[in-house]
Amino acid sequence: MTVLQVVALVAVAAGGTATVLVRDPVRQALVSGVFGLALAFLFFSVQAPDVALSQIVVATVAVPLMVLLALAKIREDEDEDQDEET
Amino acid sequence: MRRRARRTLAAVAIVALAGLLVWASTELTPFGTPAGHADAVTRTLEHDRQVANAVNGVTYDLRGLDTLGEELILFIAALGSAVLLRHRRGEEVEEQETEVGAQTPDALRVAGAVLVGPLVVLGVYVVTHGHLGPGGGFQGGIILASGLLFVYAAGQVLALERVEPIALVEVAESTGALAYALVAVGGLVFSGVALFNFLPFGTTGQLLSSGTIVVLSVAVGVEVTGAVALILTEFLDQTLLRGSE
Repeated sequence: MTVLQVVALVAVAAGGTATVLVRDPVRQALVSGVFGLALAFLFFSVQAPDVALSQIVVATVAVPLMVLLALAKIREDEDEDQDEET
Repeated sequence: MRRRARRTLAAVAIVALAGLLVWASTELTPFGTPAGHADAVTRTLEHDRQVANAVNGVTYDLRGLDTLGEELILFIAALGSAVLLRHRRGEEVEEQETEVGAQTPDALRVAGAVLVGPLVVLGVYVVTHGHLGPGGGFQGGIILASGLLFVYAAGQVLALERVEPIALVEVAESTGALAYALVAVGGLVFSGVALFNFLPFGTTGQLLSSGTIVVLSVAVGVEVTGAVALILTEFLDQTLLRGSE
């Protein structure tokens, strides 16, 4: 096991724990993006560049973005419900 | 009490899972030395299929049927989210003329506009060179779809709406899925086996080599671009253009 792999494993462990510990969903989406980037780095360091490539785009761009957009949508619906009640 | 019971259960489950993972990892093949099946697969793909990237050889040839299923899952997922998000479209007829572009910082707009071109080139390269190096349809397709985000970051939401990308991405999604299915049927027609690699293999390392592997990779690239772009467009359309009061 090389130094790079050890660094990547530690970063993945720290990122995963941080993602669980952050409670605010908006921040969680961003932290999970950083965690995904650490995972991509780990895949790259164990010579799986194909997986690392998709991991970079999926975990750092696609997933956080969809979570953020879904949250925006939910909040918008909640606002509308409150408007209807008043 | 209940909380304590839950924590105990979680702790036991986590320790058990960790133990299983460690136990399983001791049985793994040593890193960096392909042996047995892995070695045989790599040799078959290199010599009998002329594909330089063994990973995509497995994805689009040896386990091509799995990829067909995977692709259809994405197709249906995109379709489902589009249907769910779209059913509200008719309800809000009044459109707000929100100038989203005006609020975007200039640096972000410039970065978005500058990066769109290189990103599209990179995406097309990754899609078409999956049989030669790391990459392929899934990876390149998502890169291409994220190009759409840069257009949005450049503050061109209104331009996006004018182009009406939804019709285009819908067509791209269905075309990619159809192309994959047609190649699968092509194997059935030419040799009696679905997804049989029926095209000439060419020379390893050439752009036009590896038979149907490169064709399937490009088909998946088009499909993934369409599917991810469709989901993103529907979300952007709903939350940013018609929502946000």
